[in-house]
Amino acid sequence: MIRWMIAALLALIALPLAVPVLGQDSMPPAPYAYNQLDDPRLEAEAAALMQTLRCLKCQSQSIADSDAPMAGDMRHQVRARILAGESPEAIRGWLIARYGDYVSYEPAVSSTTWPLFATPVLVILIVVGVLVRRLGKRRDDDAEAKA
Amino acid sequence: MIAEIGLAALWLAAALAVLQMVSGAASLRAAPGESNPLAIYARPAAVVQAFLAVLAFLLLLRAFAVTDLSLKLVATNSHSMKPFIYKLTGTWGNHEGSMLLWVGVLAASGGLLAAFEKRLPERTMGATLAVQGFVALGFYAFLLLSSNPFERLPIPAVEGNGLNPLLQDIGLAIHPPTLYAGYVGLSVAFSLAMGALMTSEVNPAFARVMRPWVLGAWVLLTLGITAGSYWAYYELGWGGWWFWDPVENASLMPWLAATALMHSVSVLAARDALRTWTIMLGVLAFSMSMLGTFLVRSGVLTSVHAFAVDPERGAFILALLGLYIGGAFTIFALCAGAVAEGKRFAVTSREGALVFNNVMLSAILAIVLLGTLYPLLTEAFNVRVSVGPPYFNPAGAIFAIPMLLVMAVGPLLRWKSDSPKRIQFELMLIAALVIGAIALVSFFGRFPLLPLLGLGLAAGLAVAAFLPLRGRNLKRVPVATWGMVVAHFGIAVSLFGMACEGAFSEERLAAVAPGGTEQIGGFAVTLEAVTPIAGPNWTAMEARLAVRQDGGEPVFLTPQARSFWSPPQSTSESALLTRWNGQLYAVIGNQAEDGRWQIRIWWKPFVTFIWYGGLLVGLGGILSIVGRMRVDLKRRSASAKGAQRRADIEALGVAAPQPAE
Amino acid sequence: MRKLYLWLPLALFAFFAGLAAYMLTQEKDQFVESAMIGQPLPAFALEPAFDGLPGAAKADFTGKPKLLNIWASWCLPCIAEAPHLEALKRSGVEIIGIAIRDKPADVANFLARHGNPYTRIGSDRISEVQLAIGSSGVPETFVIDAKGMIRYQHIGDVGADDVPTLLAELEKAK
Repeated sequence: MIRWMIAALLALIALPLAVPVLGQDSMPPAPYAYNQLDDPRLEAEAAALMQTLRCLKCQSQSIADSDAPMAGDMRHQVRARILAGESPEAIRGWLIARYGDYVSYEPAVSSTTWPLFATPVLVILIVVGVLVRRLGKRRDDDAEAKA
Repeated sequence: MIAEIGLAALWLAAALAVLQMVSGAASLRAAPGESNPLAIYARPAAVVQAFLAVLAFLLLLRAFAVTDLSLKLVATNSHSMKPFIYKLTGTWGNHEGSMLLWVGVLAASGGLLAAFEKRLPERTMGATLAVQGFVALGFYAFLLLSSNPFERLPIPAVEGNGLNPLLQDIGLAIHPPTLYAGYVGLSVAFSLAMGALMTSEVNPAFARVMRPWVLGAWVLLTLGITAGSYWAYYELGWGGWWFWDPVENASLMPWLAATALMHSVSVLAARDALRTWTIMLGVLAFSMSMLGTFLVRSGVLTSVHAFAVDPERGAFILALLGLYIGGAFTIFALCAGAVAEGKRFAVTSREGALVFNNVMLSAILAIVLLGTLYPLLTEAFNVRVSVGPPYFNPAGAIFAIPMLLVMAVGPLLRWKSDSPKRIQFELMLIAALVIGAIALVSFFGRFPLLPLLGLGLAAGLAVAAFLPLRGRNLKRVPVATWGMVVAHFGIAVSLFGMACEGAFSEERLAAVAPGGTEQIGGFAVTLEAVTPIAGPNWTAMEARLAVRQDGGEPVFLTPQARSFWSPPQSTSESALLTRWNGQLYAVIGNQAEDGRWQIRIWWKPFVTFIWYGGLLVGLGGILSIVGRMRVDLKRRSASAKGAQRRADIEALGVAAPQPAE
Repeated sequence: MRKLYLWLPLALFAFFAGLAAYMLTQEKDQFVESAMIGQPLPAFALEPAFDGLPGAAKADFTGKPKLLNIWASWCLPCIAEAPHLEALKRSGVEIIGIAIRDKPADVANFLARHGNPYTRIGSDRISEVQLAIGSSGVPETFVIDAKGMIRYQHIGDVGADDVPTLLAELEKAK
């Protein structure tokens, strides 16, 4: 949105130092980069997986949302492997083995991500606690107030 | 000369902010019943400051309008040959200009508050204005010390660097100023909350003063997010409308806090309950808008909307954040214990439902905050993780689903205490609608769980939104109640759009030779031709797509793949075909070696409802403001008449009548 | 004591502010490191990138530690690193290249203009090998030992300062 455009604008003046200027290749995209699988069920599996894989060359985009050549090559890998019968989670695992958790938008419970899952549980406990405190004891209070 | 006047106006405004702060603080030191001689300056200082800050902004606007190339900011961001409208919007299409817009709106709202708000006790008003002055001072310092918009070039530039053509979009005219005004409205709510907390005036009268500011800010945030989401949707070219990107989350978090605050301030105004909680949310809402500013400006997080980031400016904003929010939480911890507990209420009551809604909104806020900041936390230990939709969607839904269910029922409950039996019929109706809709949709196919639940909830909510009107004379329903009905209905509409998009979207990616046809969602899309065309600063390949529905007359769509030459950049200009029941979204990609063209087409049923819903929610908020204002004005004129009558009677030498209370 | 929870927001905020302040002082790391360091090189066999040199395969990484250079003729930093790769070659290092998304004519052109430090260049037209070894951009340089294990990754162009580092890593990999 706006931020992105302002960035583009300022890139003119300030950014060439920060980011290596990359040229563009002129190669055609990989076969499955922009083409769907014929089987709609497999394509749906691939699409769901691609939505949750990070494009490594982009700023916070999934490979399903990017025109970067590398995202295209990653989409090809995903579709080709799905077609070859691999399960989506196996493909995700294959990529995590190469790029670490960073490549997947779906954090898995691990030694580095457990707080992401512990916190919602904690929040649920707090929510229940607060609700019981604020709402649950009202009856007693009313009783006391009347007494 | 003009620019120097602008700069001088800013310095003067900063000085007045100091005066406002000191004078406002002085009113706190006055003995009860008396007033401190210093205290009289706070209001005029705020008003004059508002004029000066707005003047500074108008002068910068003028500099952009006439393309004054002796200004560094204009030279780096504008161009003499640009269309006039985009010269103007370019004023806030950069860091310095947007910060000046921010302080302009901040000072203007402070001025409005000082000039027209007479309901609060003087001490509370003084404290509020002191806080407001303190906040404004920080931003003046930021502007003057690290981002001076009026900096001159030693030698005027011959021509401006030009504005990125991408910025020449109507979205730029609407989206940022709306969001900014929303953030700033929350700063007024923050100042009022701190003023009331410090002077122990947390009561319904204070809540009534705070409410329009919260409502106004919330409406602006709602509209700003809606506009931003639609902008991203058509601009990024992949059909997504929400990515859980840090910058998006940064705008969502203040909205969540403001939504909770708006409901809790209503409870405080109507029932004198939830006092501490309202103050807490007032601080939280503003801290979320400052946090958002920090996250997007400092570049500590990576975003697809990443923009001019600068760690030094980030440090400045972080310092301000620490000063205001750290200070506010400290005062909160010290003073909140002294705020007496408000009125009591039962679980099954309007208040009970609103508390539930508040707690759930806060929980969603906690999840979004955690998910957004978690990558930052792990990076401190050199571990990089990504948190995306597969986390936010289910984790948010855990809290959103119960909240939406209670939202359907809450407005039907009476204040203070109610029995579920009384609204038995409504409960059964809502439950039947939710379950019925889910069953119906599941009958037609297998869909993901969350969109399915969303459809059920949307059905229940859409009807439930209107149930509060049942059995009432529609002409006598207060405008504010209509506001609530419309806003809640808007949520249902938006939810319906999101669920449909999630469950029924169809995608077609294909390499198509000219003349070839692709089928999608009942449409036959034929690529008729691809032709090169040129714009003022770009060339493009434009596809001509003939879209036929059921063999009818074709409608033409013309998506473009644009290449700008200064700076060299390519973009996809999507083409949209809007029908009442959805949108066809078409993008053209590259040409393959065999001469075929990459075409991406989506059929997104009811996707437009997402933004229609957002607009309805905003409209509901506006109705609420109008309703409250009308009641307020009536009350004021009534009390003025009463005072006049009493004065007349006293003048006649008759004993004053006993007050009716 | 009862009101201790009122300090909770401040505590949470202080934690965040501290973290944010710390992160502001840190250099923002734009690179994604490969998780394959210490792992065996995945099997691959690539066709020659142009007529002048043979293609590359996993089987080529035997005998002694070698460098695997991921590059492309369309990549501008690759021009910058060309002389330093040349220097490495002069020190007796064998560099096997993998050209990403490249055309034979462009590869030949690039080498004619900027020198040829490679003994073999495989053509990776769909970034297959690049993805398989966890590389996320061009140029990147990997140290592969005689057993075909990935020992070290250098991200970005190889500068003059990086030459001794790479030589040391090659030594370590023996």
